[in-house]
Amino acid sequence: MPDKMHIKLTVNGKQEEFLAEPRELLIHTLRERLNLTGPHIGCETSHCGACTVTIDGKSVKSCTMFAAQAHGADVTTIEGMGGPDALHPLQEAFREHHGLQCGYCTPGMITRAAKLLEENPNPTEEEIRFGMAGNLCRCTGYQNIVKSILAAAAEMSAAKEAAE
Amino acid sequence: MIPAAFDYYRPKDMAGVIALLEEHGDDARVMAGGHSLIPMMKLRMAEVPHLIDLQDVAGLSGISVKDGQVRIGAMTTQAELIDHAELTTAAPILKEAALQIADPQVRYMGTVGGNVANGDPGNDMPGLMQCLDAQFTLVGPDGERSVPARDFYEAAYMTARADEEVLTAVSFAAPSGGYAYEKQKRKIGDYATAAAAVLLVKDDGHCTAASIAMTNLSDVPVYSDAAGAALTGTDVDADAVKAAAAAMLGDIDPMEDNRGPVAFKRHVAGVILSRAIERAWSRS
Amino acid sequence: MKDEVDSREDRVANLKGMGCARKRVEDARFTQGKGNYVDDIKLDGMLFGDFVRTPYAHARVVSINAEAALKVPGVLAVLTAKDLEPLGLHWMPTLAGDKQMVLADGKVLYQGQEVAFVVAENRVAAADGIELVEVEYEELPVITDPFEALKSDVVLREDLDPTADGAHGPRKHPNHIFTWEVGEKETTEQVLAEADVVVEEMIYYHRTHPCPLETCGCVASMDKVNGKLTLYGTFQAPHAIRTVVSLISGIEEHNIRVVSPDIGGGFGNKVGAYPGYVCSVVASIVTGKPVKWIEDRMDNLMTTAFARDYWMQGKIAATKEGKITGLWCHTTADHGGFDACADPTKFPAGFMNICTGSYDIPTAYLAVDGVYTNKAPGGVAYRCSFRVTEAAYFIERMIEMLAIELNMDAAELRRINFIKKEQFPYQSALGWEYDSGDYHTAWDKALAAVGYDDLRQEQAERVAAFKRGETRKLLGIGLCHFTEIVGAGPVKNCDILGLGMFDSCEIRIHPTGSAIARLGTISQGQGHATTFAQILATEIGLPADSITIEEGDTDTAPYGLGTYGSRSTPVAGAATAMAGRKIRAKAQMIAAYLLEVHDNDVEFDVDRFVVKGAPERFKTMKEIAFAAYNQAIPGLEPGLEAVSYYDPPNMTYPFGAYICVMELDVDTGEHEVRQFYALDDCGTRINPMIIEGQVHGGLTEALAIAMGQEIAYDELGNVKTATLMDFFLPTAWETPHYTTDHTVTPSPHHPIGAKGVGESPNVGGVPAFSNAVHDAFRAFGLRQAHMPHDHWRVWKIANDLGLHD
Repeated sequence: MPDKMHIKLTVNGKQEEFLAEPRELLIHTLRERLNLTGPHIGCETSHCGACTVTIDGKSVKSCTMFAAQAHGADVTTIEGMGGPDALHPLQEAFREHHGLQCGYCTPGMITRAAKLLEENPNPTEEEIRFGMAGNLCRCTGYQNIVKSILAAAAEMSAAKEAAE
Repeated sequence: MIPAAFDYYRPKDMAGVIALLEEHGDDARVMAGGHSLIPMMKLRMAEVPHLIDLQDVAGLSGISVKDGQVRIGAMTTQAELIDHAELTTAAPILKEAALQIADPQVRYMGTVGGNVANGDPGNDMPGLMQCLDAQFTLVGPDGERSVPARDFYEAAYMTARADEEVLTAVSFAAPSGGYAYEKQKRKIGDYATAAAAVLLVKDDGHCTAASIAMTNLSDVPVYSDAAGAALTGTDVDADAVKAAAAAMLGDIDPMEDNRGPVAFKRHVAGVILSRAIERAWSRS
Repeated sequence: MKDEVDSREDRVANLKGMGCARKRVEDARFTQGKGNYVDDIKLDGMLFGDFVRTPYAHARVVSINAEAALKVPGVLAVLTAKDLEPLGLHWMPTLAGDKQMVLADGKVLYQGQEVAFVVAENRVAAADGIELVEVEYEELPVITDPFEALKSDVVLREDLDPTADGAHGPRKHPNHIFTWEVGEKETTEQVLAEADVVVEEMIYYHRTHPCPLETCGCVASMDKVNGKLTLYGTFQAPHAIRTVVSLISGIEEHNIRVVSPDIGGGFGNKVGAYPGYVCSVVASIVTGKPVKWIEDRMDNLMTTAFARDYWMQGKIAATKEGKITGLWCHTTADHGGFDACADPTKFPAGFMNICTGSYDIPTAYLAVDGVYTNKAPGGVAYRCSFRVTEAAYFIERMIEMLAIELNMDAAELRRINFIKKEQFPYQSALGWEYDSGDYHTAWDKALAAVGYDDLRQEQAERVAAFKRGETRKLLGIGLCHFTEIVGAGPVKNCDILGLGMFDSCEIRIHPTGSAIARLGTISQGQGHATTFAQILATEIGLPADSITIEEGDTDTAPYGLGTYGSRSTPVAGAATAMAGRKIRAKAQMIAAYLLEVHDNDVEFDVDRFVVKGAPERFKTMKEIAFAAYNQAIPGLEPGLEAVSYYDPPNMTYPFGAYICVMELDVDTGEHEVRQFYALDDCGTRINPMIIEGQVHGGLTEALAIAMGQEIAYDELGNVKTATLMDFFLPTAWETPHYTTDHTVTPSPHHPIGAKGVGESPNVGGVPAFSNAVHDAFRAFGLRQAHMPHDHWRVWKIANDLGLHD
């Protein structure tokens, strides 16, 4: 059995340090080791995006990355996006526009959408559909997800303008 | 799905990588973004006792465009290709192709080097690189050598790269003229049913040079000299396009899979290539 | 007083009752990553189980050697059929009256079948363990074609006496399961013989899979000290699972607690009982520790719960004017290695006998033959009420072909055959009593909305342009008018494993005027916690925001048959309304007492009881709730609680009119949905926002099924589509924008007139998409081309019609 590795990560702003087998997948680190069960496992072959997290400014499918690869990285999961006292505008918008049903894809969707809006603050519907194509949803047919992201984009732009 | 156990290495330089490859031979694999390799390891279809992560190796990333020459480090991701304004000016076909690869998350991780080096006939970059007449830089125990993309692929997952070599960069002359990357796939995230990379040079209404390659229609990417020749010297009218497609059909050898039977793939290959030629010509 | 300034309108709005687009109460936890799905459950000392599965579709298991696996650090046990046999658990009953191997007992019948269960301290050790269990197989001939199965000498189910009847009557071949007949065979054949026009065609509805984003799984936890088993899992019917577990394990039902936590989509996949559940329970009993089992995606697609796989031979007869006179259907149903279909007991082909659809067809006959093959068992209703999808697809294809035969417009042919509004309740030739409908109104509204006549004109121009060589794209107009049958069902004819298909609701009003209601159903994304509270808010006059809805814990929820087949609103929704009315009846007595008038002198008004003729004299429900707990009211028990077990008098019959406008590239086979219009009539609408969401989702599943999604096998029985690379789930990019619309024709027998909607878009969507493909090629002579209409198959249609020449 190969030696365990000493891995350090920052997850949702918190330093984490642990010993793990090199084959430990990041999704398992998050879910099993750190009890961050927001990211989910859906397909295991990097198609569904339910496990999406942000790593050093990239949207990444955490089922297709070893924790060892993420050593030294800064990871944000849905749990780091906003809580009961301060929801992220996307979290608000998904609820307001019925952008979710069973909720299983939702953490990955919102995490991915946040990155999309960071890169493109005023996307068109077509850009959203293209930019969200790494996340599968079986319940909503995407229409209300698109609507939610458009609404959050408008909200975030308005808030930014107000702040300037 | 959990892979079999392995040892993980993250060397800082190429010497470290080569040393590991020499030590472990067949048992070692280098990994860039991992988005081809890790799913195969999870399915236990790839056994990799020694996994060498290239992310810390200096000098493997970055894009340079200088004097009409483009050099792309192997660890450059698809997302970086797409976002690189200078590259898009010099060789817009790369962005057009990269946007048709996988999905956003995978493009953040998937690299040019990984895409061209592993020899998967479904990957888009190998055909594109053949179209661009790119050179692949390989570094091994005996130093650096360069292999033309058009000579690199031998069979599915079999390439000119020796076990202890690493593909470190691709380079090519910035193309002039019209370009198109046309891909038919079943959905986002799928490999091509057929994809065509086309570069055309137009001079005074005539095609003076044409370079054409296709993807996932054989166990290796298909660069077709004959297809390019069929266009060169013509004004790329319907007959010339037809002749180019016919020439390409002589060079491909698709296999039946879930995307469809051979007859369908051959038909689609012709259609996709024709569309790519027409689009490239309209841009030239 | 505040009430004096609140208008009646404000008071209604404050309730957030039926009809309002109330935001979902579930969403706070899901958007913050705080859902609690089965794989999120962690118990002290929890072990992990995983299966060794056969790579062969048909083989004898010669030997199983677990020695090497047991040496893997962390692997504790490897269970095989031999270990389960002394407990009588190596086989288990299926929902369809058959039995199924829990672990391979001598042979395997389909690729991926469970052979051994490795129990380990963690999932990594389990994964390593299954790699090292050595199984020796002796391959047997593989049958993946049901027609071949009925002719073959190869006997798949050697455990069955070939001469004995099956659960549904006589079997005519060792690989035959049942024949189910409905309607008048001879009369129908006579009608066909004498008809002006008869169209005959084979229609295949291919095998597919519900594929919820969360796979199936469970955590079994046997508390040996107290003798209690707790089973958490992805169960669409937790109460039925409890009963089944009790029956097969011998543990008394009161000692079993089944909990369905949040479920990441079901769509029928999570109705059945699977070997993973049984093995986890056994492993927990053996080890005394909790045992978790979670499918991976390949396991899910290959083994748990396929859907469809119906070969439907149809004949439809009509006068030359287009009036349908008779319908005949013979279906060959591929059930795989075991008959594990999830249907009410008396309906081995589900409600396939709704196949007369929306049309007044005087004579009909249906026969279904169930057949064993070397494919996975299941036959679940994938977003469908027991084979209604197959039935709707069948009739909507037959009617299109009849239109071709008669050279008529398919919309007009439907119109002249619709059951008329005044014919409801309508007795169908195949035995159903349709409760209500107004098909002509819906149809005309739909046709007008899309500009049907203009579309036909555009299509004709397109065909002409195509023939002139000016375009390589064709335009298809896909029509569908479907009638569903949902809300199973009346206990007199609907049961599963002998359990009547009623459902239940239990309400407790708290002293301060808030409440908890528990139901026998379980949400998998439908938003029950939101909508059932809305029903109650309207019925009992307390704000929906003050009502907690709880489901899925068999220790607390009343017994019910669960959520599938669009039955939650028709059955549990009715139970909720009825329980609410019991609360209201008692509240009326309390109000009358407090207001010092006779019971009959007060009436309910939104959120209060008022004295008739004196609206200034009233008691709010909140006041009444408090009084129920603090006043000694003569003749009344304290408290305010009610329970209702609702046995529906009939099914409900939602319907809809869908139109899909599709562009098809004849050279690549690619499609583009240019427009999709969906009009649904689900009776009374409880929450329009949620209805719309259900329609979007169901249509997208329909798109997938019609245009590419399948479980395909090669001739050796290998599953060719076991990952999401090949099993088509559309992304946002491939999914079109939908336009939704509605009419409202309440169910006359349902307490609030609601009919259910979740499955309508899948039932109606598949024919709409498929008919669009067919319609595009109608001008070139196409009659029938089997789904899925993926690129190469559409290309093949064009190729076969000579359009590439």
